[in-house]
Order: sequence, then structure tokens, then C-alpha cells
Amino acid sequence: MTRFGIHLNKLDKQVDSASTLAELVKQGQVRAVARLITLLERGEQEGHDALRLLEVDAPRAAIIGVTGYPGAGKSTVVDQLVAAYRRLGHKVGVLAVDMTSPLTGGALLGDRIRMQRHTLDQGVYIRSLATRGHHGGLAAVTGEAVSVLEAAGYDVIFIETVGVGQGELDIATVAPAVVAIVAPGLGDEVQAMKAGLLEVAHVIVVNKGDHPEADRTLRELKEWHRSVLKVTAMTGQGIPELIAAIAEQQRLHDLEGAPTRAAP
Amino acid sequence: MTVATAPLRILIGKVGLDGHDRGVKLIARALRDAGMEVIYTGLHQSPEQIVNTAIQEDVDAIGLSVLSGAHNTLFRRVLELLRAQGADDIVVFGGGIIPNEDVPALKGAGVKALFGPGTPLDDIVRFVKELPRSR
Ligand code: B12
Ligand SMILES: Nc1nc2c(ncn2[C@@H]2O[C@H](COP(=O)(O)OP(=O)(O)OP(=O)(O)O)[C@@H](O)[C@H]2O)c(=O)[nH]1
Ligand SMILES: [Mg+2]
Repeated sequence: MTRFGIHLNKLDKQVDSASTLAELVKQGQVRAVARLITLLERGEQEGHDALRLLEVDAPRAAIIGVTGYPGAGKSTVVDQLVAAYRRLGHKVGVLAVDMTSPLTGGALLGDRIRMQRHTLDQGVYIRSLATRGHHGGLAAVTGEAVSVLEAAGYDVIFIETVGVGQGELDIATVAPAVVAIVAPGLGDEVQAMKAGLLEVAHVIVVNKGDHPEADRTLRELKEWHRSVLKVTAMTGQGIPELIAAIAEQQRLHDLEGAPTRAAP
Repeated sequence: MTVATAPLRILIGKVGLDGHDRGVKLIARALRDAGMEVIYTGLHQSPEQIVNTAIQEDVDAIGLSVLSGAHNTLFRRVLELLRAQGADDIVVFGGGIIPNEDVPALKGAGVKALFGPGTPLDDIVRFVKELPRSR
């Protein structure tokens, strides 16, 4: 029988083996979901044992990656999308990734500030993850955390990457639908995006549609990408169109018959 | 070993109708700079939101900032909700404007420590670092 720590706390008494933990996760128990992600983050054996038990009959969720420049409005867009998918009756999981400071090893995980209205909704699970030295815009545990959420019955899962510049494009390997969020007034950055965000993203969102330069940025980006939308996440304007664009990408992806995502 | 080096995860939040956020942001930054993962909830959280967030994020401790005068009810409510969810292994501490005469009763109710205005940030960081690792 395995124990999670030297001191036993309440959950440890309840969950004293990987199979019990896996069972509680399958029942959708939030504490068990949260604890399993922590164990996987720490690379503990119990976590891997439990994960193996889960993957046998894990259902498949729609995984939607949300990436883009720092401060462009990724979290605010996710907040709106969570509300919309909840209205459609889905159980929604969110993995929100922020950077770990390479100097101190600490991190300020602030994405969920924009999503706190969903905290009391039993059908929404939000987890903040720090990169802990992993490059590519995600935490190393992201793929495994997705599997945990799938097993717990979350059928729509959002992954918010760290604010990316270029090169942090791991999201493309985890999510079959990737939305890139940019703010108006890109200027020269459009050039840089061509070999980066514009390549991996299936849908480009020009957020902050209330900004006077939004339409110009929209026109510029439309020259380079077939699916560019204007959204004002602050008010929810454009969110239905964004959901339609995501659905279209999911449909294309299914037609291609590709696996839902690379193995974690 | 991974277990020993995993960063502490700490929820830092403002409960109730209290817009004073200078102190809480200082604390959040100090703990981050000390190598911890800080989940900051923002303003105006209900005790229910604080506790659900703490459980979803699997934090080791919850630090609440209260300068509104409502500390007696808010801290107690958070402790009560944690117990109800079987999550009272999560340490609760805090700071803000909390009159000395209220401190013993709050500690008796289960608040681990309270830090008032002027507390050196180092003291707070040391307190959090020295929390017993329960998991
Ligand atoms: C600045 C200030 C404001 C600013 C706030 C700006 C902001 N964004 O924060 C403004 C002008 C907006 C403001 C408004 C009000 N204020 Co005012 N304000 C203050 C003042 C002067 C300083 C607070 C401050 O920022 N201190 C600096 C920070 C760094 O210190 P701190 O927050 O205390 O944090 C330290 C410790 O307390 C502790 N700590 C704090 N939080 C946490 C959390 C954790 C986890 C830990 C470990 C430690 C910790 O560590 C910090 C570092 O040492 C205090 C008086 C005072 N001397 O405290 C009154 C004070 C807090 N305000 C007060 C009042 C009444 C109000 C108003 C209701 C006034 C009104 N009638 O409009 C409004 C309410 C606003 C609202 N929405 O809540 C009263 C509260 C009385 C009470 N609780 O019984 C005070 C005490 C003034 C007084 N003597 O009457 N206020
Ligand atoms: N004017 C305007 N501001 C917005 C809109 N959407 C988001 N914002 C603001 O933009 C700022 C950043 O929003 P976030 O959602 O935190 O952005 P983010 O991309 O998640 O940021 P990081 O995760 O820190 O990279 C916040 O102040 C939001 O309120 C919008 O549609 N219009
Ligand atoms: Mg964000």
C-alpha cells in the first residue's frame, strides 16, 4: 500500500493507493483530480500508476489550445468560451499555464483571476500550472493533466499557454484546435508571426475589438490566414462566431481522421 | 528527489467587499520571489470561491487579506467550508487590519498566523516556508 507523504492528511487516508485515486478521479471527485495532477507534476510513482489505470478507458474530449501574445486577452477569451460551452451543456476543464521564474523558481499564477465567476460551477475545473523550467509555452505535465481531466468526464478542455512571442509552440502537438489571440496594433509583428503563430493556429482572434485599430489589424492578418475573427472578450462580442470557427476546425480535423492528439 | 523540491503552492486572496489590495499584492510577489507558486484570486472573493479555488488548485495553504473589518466572520467561514469539504489539512493564515483583541479567538478557531501592517515581508516568507509539509 502506497502513501503520499510522511504525514497523512485526510485525503491520504481516503486515497491510499493508486487504484483508489484513479477510481475517485473517474467519479469526477475534484480533490482527487487536483491531487493526481499534483502527483504527476512532481513525477511521483503513485501518480503514474493512477494515470495508467485511467488511460485504459479514457473518453475523448475536445481539446482547444489558446495561445498568443502576453496580455492579448487569452484568459478573458477562455472565460467567455467556458461560459458558452457550459450553456451548451458541456463539462469544461481549463489548464492555465504561466511562466516559472528561472531565477527564483517561483511563479505568479494569475490567469484564473479572469475566470473566477466559474469557480462555484461544479461543471468547471480550473487548474493553474507553472512551467517549472519546461520550454515551449506549456508545463511538462500538460498532456498528462489533459488525460486526468478526460478521465474525470470533462469533455471540453482548454489549454491557455504562457504569453508567447515566437517559438513556444508546443500547443500544436497537444491540441487539435489552436486559437491564437492577438491585440490590435501589431505593426511589424505580423512579419514575425508568419513563421510562428500564423503557422500553428487554426483560428486567429483579433481581440479587443473595441480598440480603434482592430479593423486594420483584422485586414492585415486576413492577408495571411484564412480564419481571422474580431472578438471583444470584454463584452462577449464575436464569441458565437469564434465557437463556429472552432467547430469547423474540429470537423476538418475529424475528417482527416488524425488522432485527437499526440500521446501525452 | 522531486518531492522535496516541488514548490509550495499558495493561494493568496481578498475576501469580501474589500478593495485594499496593496498589501496582498506585496505578499503575493514576496512569496513568488521566494520560489513559491502563488495563485492570486483577485478582489471580492466569497469564502466559497476561496475554498473551491484552493481545492481545484491543490494548494498547501491559503493566505487571506482582510482590511474591511469583517475578518471575524470571513476567516471562520473559510475554515468551516474547508472542514465541510474534508480539506482542513490546508493551512489558513492572513493579514490586514485585525485588532489585537480579535487575534486569539481567530487562532483558536484555526487560523495559523496573522500579520498586521508593518510586518517585514521576510517574517511572512519565513513563516510560509516553515509550514509543515503535509503532503
Ligand atoms: C491606502 C488605503 C486606502 C486606499 C486603498 C488603495 C488600494 N488599492 O489598496 C483607498 C483610498 C482606495 C482606501 C479606501 C477605503 N478605505 Co482605506 N486605507 C488605506 C490605508 C491608508 C493604507 C492601506 C495600505 O495600503 N497599506 C499598505 C499595505 C502594504 O499594508 P497592508 O495592506 O496593511 O498590508 C500589510 C499587512 O497588513 C500584511 N498583510 C496584508 N494582507 C495580507 C495577507 C496575507 C496573506 C499576509 C500574510 C499578510 C497580509 O502584510 C502587509 C505588509 O506588511 C489604511 C490605513 C492603514 N494605516 O492601514 C486605510 C484603511 C484600511 N481604510 C479604511 C477604510 C474605512 C476605507 C474606506 C471604507 C474609506 C471610505 N469610507 O471610503 C474605503 C474602502 C475601500 C474599499 N473598496 O474597500 C480603514 C479600515 C477600517 C477597519 N478595517 O476597521 C483604514 C484602516 C483606515 C482607518 N484607520 O480607518 N483606503
Ligand atoms: N479593451 C479591452 N480589453 C480587454 C479585452 N479583453 C481583455 N482585455 C483586457 O486585457 C488585459 C489582459 O487580459 P488577459 O485576459 O489577462 O490577457 P492574457 O492574454 O491572458 O494575459 P497573460 O496570460 O498575462 O499573457 C486585461 O486587463 C483585460 O481586462 C477586450 O475585449 N477589450
Ligand atoms: Mg492569461
